[in-house]
Amino acid sequence: MLQDKIQDVFNEPGCATNQAKSAKEKKKGCTKSLKPGAAAGGCAYDGAMIVLQPIADAAHLVHGPIACLGNSWDNRGSKSSGSQLYRTGFTTDLSELDVIGGGEKKLYRAIKELVQQYDPPAVFVYQTCVPAMTGDDIAAVCKFAAQKLGKPVIPVESPGFVGSKNLGNKLAGEALLEHVIGTVEPDYTTPTDVCIIGEYNLAGELWLVKPLLDEIGIRLLSCISGDGRYREVAQAHRARVTMMVCSQALVNVGRKMEERYGIPYFEGSFYGVSDMSDTLRTMTRMLVERGADKSLIDRAEGVIAREESRVWRRLEPYKPRFDGKRVLLFTGGVKSWSMVSALEGAGLTILGTSTKKSTREDKERIKKMKGEEFHQWDDLKPRDIYKMLADNQADIMMSGGRSQFISLKAKVPWLDINQERHHAYAGYDGIVNLCEEIDKTLSNPIWGQVRQPAPWESGPSSTLLAAE
Amino acid sequence: MSHIQRFPSAAKAASTNPLKMSQPLGAALAYLGIDRCLPLFHGSQGCTAFGLVLLVRHFREAIPLQTTAMDQVATILGGYDNLEQAIRTIVERNKPAMIGVATTGVTETKGEDMGGQYTLFRQRNPDMADTALVFANTPDFAGGFEDGFAAAVTAMVERLVEPSPVRIPTQVNVLAGCHLSPGDVEELRDIIEGFGLSPIFLPDLSLSMAGRQPADFTATSLGGVTVDQIRAMGASAATIVVGEHMRVAGNALELKTDVPSHFFNRLTGLEATDKLVRLLTELSGKPAPARLRRQRESLVDAMLDGHFFYSRKRIAVALEPDLLYAVSGFLADMGAEVIAAVSPTQSPVLERLKAATIMVGDHSDVETLARDADLIVSNSHGRQGAARIGVPLHRMGLPLFDRLGAGLRVQVGYRGTRELLCDIGNLFLAREMDHEHGHESHDHGESHGCGGGSCGCNAV
Repeated sequence: MLQDKIQDVFNEPGCATNQAKSAKEKKKGCTKSLKPGAAAGGCAYDGAMIVLQPIADAAHLVHGPIACLGNSWDNRGSKSSGSQLYRTGFTTDLSELDVIGGGEKKLYRAIKELVQQYDPPAVFVYQTCVPAMTGDDIAAVCKFAAQKLGKPVIPVESPGFVGSKNLGNKLAGEALLEHVIGTVEPDYTTPTDVCIIGEYNLAGELWLVKPLLDEIGIRLLSCISGDGRYREVAQAHRARVTMMVCSQALVNVGRKMEERYGIPYFEGSFYGVSDMSDTLRTMTRMLVERGADKSLIDRAEGVIAREESRVWRRLEPYKPRFDGKRVLLFTGGVKSWSMVSALEGAGLTILGTSTKKSTREDKERIKKMKGEEFHQWDDLKPRDIYKMLADNQADIMMSGGRSQFISLKAKVPWLDINQERHHAYAGYDGIVNLCEEIDKTLSNPIWGQVRQPAPWESGPSSTLLAAE
Repeated sequence: MSHIQRFPSAAKAASTNPLKMSQPLGAALAYLGIDRCLPLFHGSQGCTAFGLVLLVRHFREAIPLQTTAMDQVATILGGYDNLEQAIRTIVERNKPAMIGVATTGVTETKGEDMGGQYTLFRQRNPDMADTALVFANTPDFAGGFEDGFAAAVTAMVERLVEPSPVRIPTQVNVLAGCHLSPGDVEELRDIIEGFGLSPIFLPDLSLSMAGRQPADFTATSLGGVTVDQIRAMGASAATIVVGEHMRVAGNALELKTDVPSHFFNRLTGLEATDKLVRLLTELSGKPAPARLRRQRESLVDAMLDGHFFYSRKRIAVALEPDLLYAVSGFLADMGAEVIAAVSPTQSPVLERLKAATIMVGDHSDVETLARDADLIVSNSHGRQGAARIGVPLHRMGLPLFDRLGAGLRVQVGYRGTRELLCDIGNLFLAREMDHEHGHESHDHGESHGCGGGSCGCNAV
């Protein structure tokens, strides 16, 4: 059953990469085969948690031994404006006896206990490798628990060993399609209801965008899943338009919502001034096409004009400071091109970007923007990055937390632009935040100090000079 | 009478806000204290990714950690091929001195025979005989972080240490448990070297995890005890075993080499440190150096100054077993009352703890037990619960992701005990000041607070 689901996800027609593949390639799926001893990155369970855990009022219960939750909980910056239940880590903490005798009864008791104690609107149950191997049927337990307890209990069948984080994102999307979306009707609907998919409100980014939607008159009916509430996610099928923020990860959800409920979707980004404006324009145009009042477009243009002039004015002071500063950009997918335009707008020079997680479309887009000479690295080794930085080929590296030490150990400024970051970079205000952070780190006085040789490294002449 | 509540068999089916971390993670930390080592998890790549992120957040250091990347098929058919391929790839790419393998829930559920796989690997790969290989069985579904650390140290002792016909009278082994931070190990080195002795720490996190500046990019651990040094442990005059979870490794070492071992259940506290100093005096035949004498005097003084704030304070402690034992013991030494001692896993030290409630539990248990406590001592994960019940949190253990210098803190020896005494004492002192002056002037920075006149000042 799980195999069917994975195969289905691999067949995704909404995915451009997939469309270009032969039938045989498709069957192999989009998970690159991992090389033992030289692999990095999260597993499918990790990917599923990333997508679903931001649903803040639900309980998220991990069915597995302690490693899956004990080593990983409380490590993401997804923010909630209300319920904080999603930050509580629940796990069945499977023991040796559960591995031998099966963990299904324990799982049911765990669901029951947390429903009694916390009364969440729903419980998400995550399958992991060990119970998948021993054959715990979490779907059956969830179904039974849902009937007994009168609450939605959603099985998320995405054990780590089936593949990468990206596959886990999609399997989480499948769980939403199968068990959640379409199960709750909104109290009322409006012609401007939208659903945003793939936005996780990291560092509160959604809150830099939502006020603009409110002002234009667009109602955010449902966000999957940043600052999410279970009921809102379950109402997503009543949206008029869907926006896909991270197209690769959840393309299956957007496409199937179109197929099932006739909701058109588009791909957009909140990063960078022009991308942000494009997103607002596309969203309003599509809403109007589906019957929303035409005045929506004027209001959007008004907001865009005001915000753009404001943001350019606010970015002006950075331009001379950023003149000639070279950036190495290491991030995946959509961000690889949307960040490029955002940073160049602020006067920075982008040396190149990694395209490890980007689609062919993403790559084409960068090529169109930047020309053939622009570096697109598919698989750059940490050692090579270190060398580039140590040789003073860049002034700052921007990447995810795991690669920060490549830059810091080379004594080159570094900025976190991935999930663990503490600052919000989305929307018009976000790009100003980003430039402020870049400027803060570039102009920090430590760089000159830490590159000084130690007293025992400097020659005798400099010692004499210092003494005089 | 204290009692031990056992979890989860009777209490709860779901662990809520876990205190426990997995065995392979503990094993990885132990391997990171070996020079030019690359720890390798035999399991799905997610196991490695989570462990990596946790250690990076705690130490703020690059963490070398690899995976055999077991997928569904390999899991069912057996993982030897992945293991061999992983080791070969690592040796070819990174040329480590040692690869430390830790199994995971995935490979242990299948029941991979690691002893057999070691032999098979060595037979099939004679070209890699120069690379030390250590395998430890560390299933995720049994034990926890401390057990995994212990398993890896025991595995290294068994695989690498050799008996020696000679004795080097000034060479001392230290089996340093995971409750010792890199800073603690550095402090112990100072103390031991002060007696003219040369310690070999297994593992030695002070050389690898205390903030390094590499000359080039390395994919292996940078610093730590070398494989040759581990092999030479058989020539030492004595072994100092720190922590209950190091006892099995200590016994294995003694059995293999006849080096007599001396067991310490903790090195935090005045009397605990006195015991160590007595042993070092005996082993070296030298008197304690002046610096150590000054440090003892300073600790005694800090105890006199600080005890006012500790007396009958009600404290809940939730840490890995041996650290739990050390900290609870220190707090009791200072006159505080440990109302709850929560451990993530079972351990023999729990029987020896002195606390009103001793249990194997999680952060949600701490939240329940600490409602009327004056302080919680736990890792950074404790902050959510502590905030909910309005009790201050002193951060110790691992992970500490919301503090700088997590790996550098010192809480052993006279100096480390004094640091800990002042850190926790200051929390009480700050609270007393807040309460005393809370009504009149909240934002009067200069308002004097002396904690009940015990500072000897004239302020009323």
